Amino acid sequence: MWISLARRLGGLLVVLFLVATMVFFLTRLAPGDPAAIMLGDQATPEDVARLRATFGLDRPLLVQFALWLKEIATGNFGRSIFLQQPVTTVLWDRAEPTFFLALFSVTIAALVGVPAGIVSAVWRGRIVDQVVSGLALLAANVPSFWLGLILIQLFAVRLGWFPVAGYGAPGAGLPERLEHLVLPSLVLGIVNSALITRFTRASMLDVLSNDYVRTARSKGLPESRVVLRHAFGTALVPIVTVLGLTVALLIGGAIVTETVFGLPGIGNLVVSAVLRRDYPVIQGALVMVAGLYVLINLAVDLIYRLVDPRVTA
Amino acid sequence: MTQALLAIEDLEVRFGTEDGEVAPVTGVDLRVAPGETVALVGESGSGKSVSSLAVMGLLPRPAGRVAKGRILYRTKAGETIDLAAAPPDRVRRLRGAEIAMIFQEPMTSLNPVLTAGEQIAESVRLHLRLDRRAALRRAQEMLDLVEIPAAAKRLHDYPHQMSGGMRQRVMIALAMACHPRLLIADEPTTALDVTIQAQILALIDRLRRETGMGVLFITHNLGVVAEVADRVAVMYAGRIVETGPVGDLFRHPRHPYTAGLLDSLPARATRGPDGRRHVRAIPGSLGRAAAIRDACAFSPRCERVREECRTTPPPLEAITPGRAARCLFWREM
Repeated sequence: MWISLARRLGGLLVVLFLVATMVFFLTRLAPGDPAAIMLGDQATPEDVARLRATFGLDRPLLVQFALWLKEIATGNFGRSIFLQQPVTTVLWDRAEPTFFLALFSVTIAALVGVPAGIVSAVWRGRIVDQVVSGLALLAANVPSFWLGLILIQLFAVRLGWFPVAGYGAPGAGLPERLEHLVLPSLVLGIVNSALITRFTRASMLDVLSNDYVRTARSKGLPESRVVLRHAFGTALVPIVTVLGLTVALLIGGAIVTETVFGLPGIGNLVVSAVLRRDYPVIQGALVMVAGLYVLINLAVDLIYRLVDPRVTA
Repeated sequence: MTQALLAIEDLEVRFGTEDGEVAPVTGVDLRVAPGETVALVGESGSGKSVSSLAVMGLLPRPAGRVAKGRILYRTKAGETIDLAAAPPDRVRRLRGAEIAMIFQEPMTSLNPVLTAGEQIAESVRLHLRLDRRAALRRAQEMLDLVEIPAAAKRLHDYPHQMSGGMRQRVMIALAMACHPRLLIADEPTTALDVTIQAQILALIDRLRRETGMGVLFITHNLGVVAEVADRVAVMYAGRIVETGPVGDLFRHPRHPYTAGLLDSLPARATRGPDGRRHVRAIPGSLGRAAAIRDACAFSPRCERVREECRTTPPPLEAITPGRAARCLFWREM
């Protein structure tokens, strides 16, 4: 087990290197110049050149790449060109809303999607199944920005239960910050529950026709126990996979939702960094997100071992 | 005849399919007495497994249902209940406790994510109302009973860590854990090696003798029937075509299908003109024979077929007490 874990961590390094390479060159393929953007329309070419030299943007691309690789190998992701702060600090400041948002929405999605999928599979073809499957189809196809606006209109503007947008005033306490996360979590929870419902349903249908489910029934177990312990117990692997992927996707920043709700999260940060060609921030954020993505996949593989004793490697 | 433990009367099972309803089992009568092994023999699709699932109340839902007939079972408490008509919850409480079943596929019949001990103990806790530790102790006793070496260790093994024969022993331990009075064994040895087959058959037979339970043994293998059964019922196309005590039926089959099955046993292969041994096969296949209503369902494959067979559905005619055949011309066999 330790050997396979070491191998996976080695693979992580390879992935990070590939991501770093691609991110570096792709961001520079995009037209635009951070120095020019920063200085605005009035700047002279000399001003722009001077500022480019300050950031090292005048040096050959491969030299810039090599220097950057050397720095990130030591954990230094450079400084944001615009925010004038270390990239790690910038990312850390923006991590909290994104992390909580991912956590809450996946929890909501699982709490809704897993039971809905089970119910749907058990009463396959009946009214319940049709209603659940129909709602799942609807939820999967609702644009999150639209759902976000509807929820804001209803719960924030009309009823005033939750704040409209933002993440509270600077220095706001945790309860106030969490309050700002309720509506965005609901949006992402609903949208993602659709996928989880459909995966749970498919996985349960697959498992329910197995011989050992019949064996469980032949023991005289109540149907609830047959479904929850014997069928759901073995249907978990694909469900855990989807949950893991959903967490990983959301960690990368739910760009649209963060924008609609004005949340200062990773997704929002990356969007504005791209618009301003803030290379160090774009690069740093994508490398870290890719790293987290791989780590979450690794965690999912470790969870497999817990839910299925047949998994050994 | 002693009082039956199980008496199936005129059972008809129907399945809803996309092409309308089909009846894989019609007019089946069958009795199992305590301590007796009755073999239900037939080829795939003859309705033998469907009949057994009907007894267990495990017909695939919502497609399958008992459309006609009764399945009378005498409980430990001495009352007779009709499993086909009783509330599902009543039947469920008998399952695993009084009526147990072993399935054909030991490789897939056990839950892959639960240990052998957990799977046995689960049943014991439910029916015998033992606590967790006592149930696990009982599970270990059962593994010992089915002759699994190092039972204490095997208790904590998962099915994938065991061989097919070992898993079938675990299935038997599971089935026997709550002292069932009726065991339904659906092709329990078909998926196993020949040497293991013999061990499993001997094990089931020993448990029957020791506990006095009745066994309904479902198989397509007449060799197995000869070894384990007291009485035999041969099924063809959803109907019982012949019944009788095993020795009598093997010596004097009264239905051409039974005779064909016996002739196709490798042990009865005859030497041909070229000096080699030939196994005789029954020509044709079961096909959609269950749909034949106004003729003998076996007539399309029967070597002795006559005109009447194609126009008259034969009744199951009693020959001697305990002996019956569904052939218009059984006297000529």
